[in-house]
Amino acid sequence: MDKVYLDHASATPVRKRVIDAMLPYFGEQFGNPSVVYDMGSKIKLVVEEQRAKVADLIGAKAENIIFTSSGAEANNLAIKGVALGRQKKGNHIIISAIEHHSVLNSARFLERLDFEVTFLQVDQYGIVDPERLRSAITPETVLVSIMHANNEIGTIEPIAELASICREKGVFFHTDAVASVGNVKVDVKELNVDLLSLSGASFGAPKGIGALYFAKNMRLMPLIHGGIQENGRRAGTENVPGIVGLGAAAEFAREEILEKTESVRKLRDLLIAGVRERIDKFKLTGHPVQRLPGHASFCFEAIEGESLVFLLAQAGIYANTGSACASKALKTSPVLTAIGVPPALAQGSVVFTIDKSNYLEEIEYVLEKLPVAVDRLRMLSPIWGKEVPVYQEAACT
Amino acid sequence: MKFVKDIHADETLDLVCRMCPMHLLEPGDKLKCMKKGQVLQVLTDYDGALEDIPAWCRKCGEEFIGIEEDEECYKIYIKKTK
Repeated sequence: MDKVYLDHASATPVRKRVIDAMLPYFGEQFGNPSVVYDMGSKIKLVVEEQRAKVADLIGAKAENIIFTSSGAEANNLAIKGVALGRQKKGNHIIISAIEHHSVLNSARFLERLDFEVTFLQVDQYGIVDPERLRSAITPETVLVSIMHANNEIGTIEPIAELASICREKGVFFHTDAVASVGNVKVDVKELNVDLLSLSGASFGAPKGIGALYFAKNMRLMPLIHGGIQENGRRAGTENVPGIVGLGAAAEFAREEILEKTESVRKLRDLLIAGVRERIDKFKLTGHPVQRLPGHASFCFEAIEGESLVFLLAQAGIYANTGSACASKALKTSPVLTAIGVPPALAQGSVVFTIDKSNYLEEIEYVLEKLPVAVDRLRMLSPIWGKEVPVYQEAACT
Repeated sequence: MKFVKDIHADETLDLVCRMCPMHLLEPGDKLKCMKKGQVLQVLTDYDGALEDIPAWCRKCGEEFIGIEEDEECYKIYIKKTK
């Protein structure tokens, strides 16, 4: 088999129809949407059409969508924008301990500006306890941010329940839905959220484009000051080709979501079941049921995830050790630490993320090559087969 | 600068955190949807609006009622006269 790409959480391929939709806006349709003459005003209409498509994907209104350069920027705008826009009301924000670095580091930045941040602990599956959230809210709390689905362990949080607590207490609720939009049905009304971040790279749009949903009448301090693009909330001439790519990908994602969810779930279940049959001494990380349909994440005992990813790549299988941003840092994943995976076991983390384009023979190929690669690395491991107390703490499921 | 207190407003437009010149674009759109004689309250944290909005009212023929300052922002009142 030539190539099996199972790292869709890091990046997704951009299909030809999305590229075709974008191409005119790199060429003859180059006008600036902010100018008043027709070359620009036509482009402005195109931008607004895409805004409506993105809004449709998440059950929102077009006027409540801000285009950003990425999911990370959307997260930054949500966290810093709300906190700084509401700082006269309070200086406390709450996030979970397993947030993406773009949320985590935005919160840490706010700590430097004298905000107080509560990092909510999670259970062994990565789930935030709603009652723990309720008791963490104080009169000073201005924002809570809990991710919809975790990119490393696939766990889906009970967002509607968490958001309802915040609504009851008059606190804004943001969810980072970068890992979930395009992979499961997402509706801002059902989730009851005030803000939601998404990234085009997660569902077939090009990299460099994302969006933030915000509820009406919300004060958001801009991150980028300048002109009145995005209704004065995010300056900078619009990335028109990227926006068109996002709109096209959003349209496909909305049409295909149910079919995709079912097909990738079947492949994921086959992969997990096959790993259980063929390999021992590993842990499936994340919630066994409440997880993204195409997400299978494991920690294998006595090996380095990086080495396994490298060996798999030699066999044409592309997976990841966890977060694409963090995988180069050679640092124990804060997510795995937060769910109680011992540091030594956390080193053996490998994540497979399946898309609709994957098929059965590819999963069978992975199940043929993965056990061989794991065995090979374990034979080289100085700790394999030895009694290492730290491993005994980890229940292999 | 004309300061006022306790003005009744029929509609509110919250432009806090929005960049210049949104304070000159959105009031016009909002007033179009209001009835003659009604009062619009514009909330803004942009200092430039204190001069810009009265001047905009003169130019557009709307009545600038005045400004109220509170801890969070300025409240600027405009009566629709056209």
